[in-house]
Amino acid sequence: MDFAASFPLVLPELMLTGVGLALLLVAAWGGDKAARQIAIVAAAALFAAGLLIVPGLHFGVDGPATLAFGGLLKIDSYALFAKALIYLSAIAALMIAPSFFASPAAGTERGMRAEYPVLVLFAAVGMSLMVSANDFMSLYLGLELNSLSAYVLAAILRRDTRSGEAGLKYFVLGALASGILLYGMSLLYGFTGGTSFEAVRAGLTGEMGTGALFGVIFVLSGLAFKISAVPFHMWTPDVYEGAPTPVTAFFATAPKVAAVGLTARVVFEVFGGQVAAWQQIVMFMALASIVFGALGAIGQENLKRLLAYSSINNIGFILLGLAVANADGASAMLVYLFIYVAMSIGCFVALLMLRDEEGNLYETFTDIRGLSVTKPAIAWALLVFMFSLAGIPPLLGFYAKFVIFQATIEAGLVAFGAIAIAASVIGAFYYIKFVKVMFFDEPVGVVTGKSETSHWVLLGLTALIISPLGYLLTPSLTDLADKAAASLFLAV
Amino acid sequence: MEGLPILSLMMCVPLAGAALCLFAGAAAARWIALGATLVTFVLGIALWANYDIGGPQWQFTEEANLFAAFSYKLGIDGIALMLIMLSVFLMPVCILASWESVTKRVGEYMAAFLFMEVLMIGTFAAQDLFLFYVFFEAGLIPMYLIIGVWGGDNRIYASYKFFLYTLLGSVLMLIAMFWMVAEAGTSDIPTLMEYGFPAQAQTWLWLAFFASFAVKVPMWPLHTWLPDAHVQAPTAGSVILAGVLLKLGGYGFIRFSLPMFPEASAQFAWLVFALSMVAVVYTSLVALVQADMKKLIAYSSVAHMAIVTVGLFAFNVQGLEGAMIVMLSHGLVSGALFLCVGVIYDRLHTREIARYGGLAINMPYYALFFLLFTMASIGLPGTSGFVGEFLSLAGIYQTSSLVALICTTGIILGAAYMLYLYRRVAFGGQTNEDAAAMPDISAREWVMMAPIAAAVLWMGVYPESFLAPMRKDIATLDARLAAAAPAGDARLAPGTPRDKAANALEHHGSEHEGMEHEGAKEGAH
Repeated sequence: MDFAASFPLVLPELMLTGVGLALLLVAAWGGDKAARQIAIVAAAALFAAGLLIVPGLHFGVDGPATLAFGGLLKIDSYALFAKALIYLSAIAALMIAPSFFASPAAGTERGMRAEYPVLVLFAAVGMSLMVSANDFMSLYLGLELNSLSAYVLAAILRRDTRSGEAGLKYFVLGALASGILLYGMSLLYGFTGGTSFEAVRAGLTGEMGTGALFGVIFVLSGLAFKISAVPFHMWTPDVYEGAPTPVTAFFATAPKVAAVGLTARVVFEVFGGQVAAWQQIVMFMALASIVFGALGAIGQENLKRLLAYSSINNIGFILLGLAVANADGASAMLVYLFIYVAMSIGCFVALLMLRDEEGNLYETFTDIRGLSVTKPAIAWALLVFMFSLAGIPPLLGFYAKFVIFQATIEAGLVAFGAIAIAASVIGAFYYIKFVKVMFFDEPVGVVTGKSETSHWVLLGLTALIISPLGYLLTPSLTDLADKAAASLFLAV
Repeated sequence: MEGLPILSLMMCVPLAGAALCLFAGAAAARWIALGATLVTFVLGIALWANYDIGGPQWQFTEEANLFAAFSYKLGIDGIALMLIMLSVFLMPVCILASWESVTKRVGEYMAAFLFMEVLMIGTFAAQDLFLFYVFFEAGLIPMYLIIGVWGGDNRIYASYKFFLYTLLGSVLMLIAMFWMVAEAGTSDIPTLMEYGFPAQAQTWLWLAFFASFAVKVPMWPLHTWLPDAHVQAPTAGSVILAGVLLKLGGYGFIRFSLPMFPEASAQFAWLVFALSMVAVVYTSLVALVQADMKKLIAYSSVAHMAIVTVGLFAFNVQGLEGAMIVMLSHGLVSGALFLCVGVIYDRLHTREIARYGGLAINMPYYALFFLLFTMASIGLPGTSGFVGEFLSLAGIYQTSSLVALICTTGIILGAAYMLYLYRRVAFGGQTNEDAAAMPDISAREWVMMAPIAAAVLWMGVYPESFLAPMRKDIATLDARLAAAAPAGDARLAPGTPRDKAANALEHHGSEHEGMEHEGAKEGAH
């Protein structure tokens, strides 16, 4: 075991941890007055961490050279791809936060709390560990570092009861899920005699015993909670609605990427020899998420709740790629994740921009009636995101669904794909309701608030990615995703 | 024209126009839109003029590897050429039709129409299966907005119905496309058109494509979105919907279902015939009792498109040629009829037939145009409708005399409902004072109507101009279908055919003789 060789591999995490700790001290002494500066430094640190992984991402890294700390972590192309997405989403979450917390809607007189950027940083470190875990111990460490930061983030508006409720619900249910996951891990350890992914995989060969199967199921259930797949999705709408909007935007993107990345690694690298044992479970979760996510969204009046159901729906499609159980499916899943992150950030930024003069956020369908007349730029951007989420070409959301279904059909799961794609039409119903409210109804809510430049920049950037021009990105995106997926299947 | 990517250019012009319109004021947007559509139309004429009849099957091909999963590959044959011409011809008319009637959010309206034009050209020109799907499906977005924002009172219901119906049909086709590409290893349409899919798989693939195209055409009983969408859409929206979007279904059959799955097409011909026969009779009867002009024309569209589908599945040259001409003719005629409705709707703001009457007295020129298009819709000889319907029915007669018999009643019923409509609107006494006070058509409306009227007559008197570019492609398709073609119940007696058909090209004549020999053998049994 050569620690000297391991440290360069985890340089981004080390740097983020160091910056995070330093900023924590600044926050302790500087107080909330320094929050804005802290956020800027935190974003810069995330950006620098992102730059550090660019070479590895570009050239592709895998094999034994990527193992760090005696196989506890595996920093391969797959981990790097997920990390890049995580850092980008975290930067977005930092960019959109200050003006939200400064508004009276947040109920904080002093604006953004200095802990917010620090917690986002720590969550990012936790997520980095999650996606590069190669051992159930490091997996759990990363997961909890992320989850604990997330619980606090959800409840960061101390005087807002909805935020407190969201934090509490998230914590209680999250702890339960962690327990289930831990129990599954202990079962696997008991039946295979190891915690490292290789050891568990080696122990799971041949005919699988009932105990080990239970271990697999418990681990998958715990992970399903983290990615909010049906039937472990119940917390999502409440948490999304209650949490402050920038935090919701963060939850919908980075932790999703990390948890999906983690799930994919576990099912392929640990349970890869036992595809039959988990494929049906993942298929069921995928279909159920697509259908329930779509049906649940139909009756929603609150836009954040609606986006929560939409994220459940999207997780269903991502799981579809997982259920295919080959490198094409994994690559498609990663492409989908990238596009999903861009769409989600765009949607939430647009929601943050819907404010009245005092800065109170508009959150229901009634408020955004006739938005295309009052704020055409935001309305058109939302239109692009909604049609994209519905998977209508020529927007990039279509490409996301395209690669997923292509992988599904090529793997021979035709009936499965046909059911899933038919169910996706249900989802289109509420996405076009969004457009209907903004474009067809007469304006009532008067969106007058001014929006920050950072919001406009993010909105413009994500809309540009999602627009048909985004298709020009697809060759390089597919190339990166293919490399990442290939490194995931190296062990198989 | 070598080297000039004219198809891409035809898509770029309206796209640029759409982008400009979004930011322009109302008056400027109208002129930009008109300019862009006219430039595209001129480019279209250049396209037709440079199309080499009898040359290679695919012309004006372009290819660029811009995307990961599919390529940007364009190219047209005669069939696509004619449908592109129809689109670019109707577009300036649509812009003119909305000149005064659309007053709110003009820039966005014009942008939606120009974007629609890009997608229509793209759909007909795409040579990659997935590129086709992208263009085909993307049309939902502008059409949803056009119906929803600028439509009538019940526009929301109509726009939802239009969107969800079409989407559900299309996604099943997408699944089939994935399967085909996985099987054949390419998404290149010309290659796939010659690929032999296993007969077992063809059945499923055909049904999946049918789900999409039958909704678009629309075939009974999937037609119910059409009357709603037509009635609620603004006039120009109806023109585009009837004129071009319905043709996407027919184009889909002729480009995909027939050449890619010939065996399955023969296997399911009975289904198409049955649905079409019901459609012809049923929707014609429904049209007869409509009190709303637009609804009446919408139902007549369903009936006419049923003639298209029987022609397509007749599996012979006459049927295919007839189907294409009916599509072109119906695109012009129903578009023009919707314009006629739009003209009087703009004056009186009602589509109720009973509110008009005696318009021939105060609007003689209008009545003249309306009469011409009414007659063309019925299929009077000398108009485009006659050529198409005659060929189509002649084609189907060779395959099934029963289907021909029932579909021919459509012409009689068509005469009934169209003449009845015309009598109530244009003839009789001037029972309504406000209708009697309406002024005759303006110069702008002249400019809209006259070119369509000229095209209808041209196609009716000299259809060769339109048939010639398609002849070779239809012959190729017919040859591809020959092995699978059903025997047919017509026992054609072998007469003494002349050397060539009156208007045949060299290759066509030999094709024709071969067929008649087939018929002779049949007759000998």
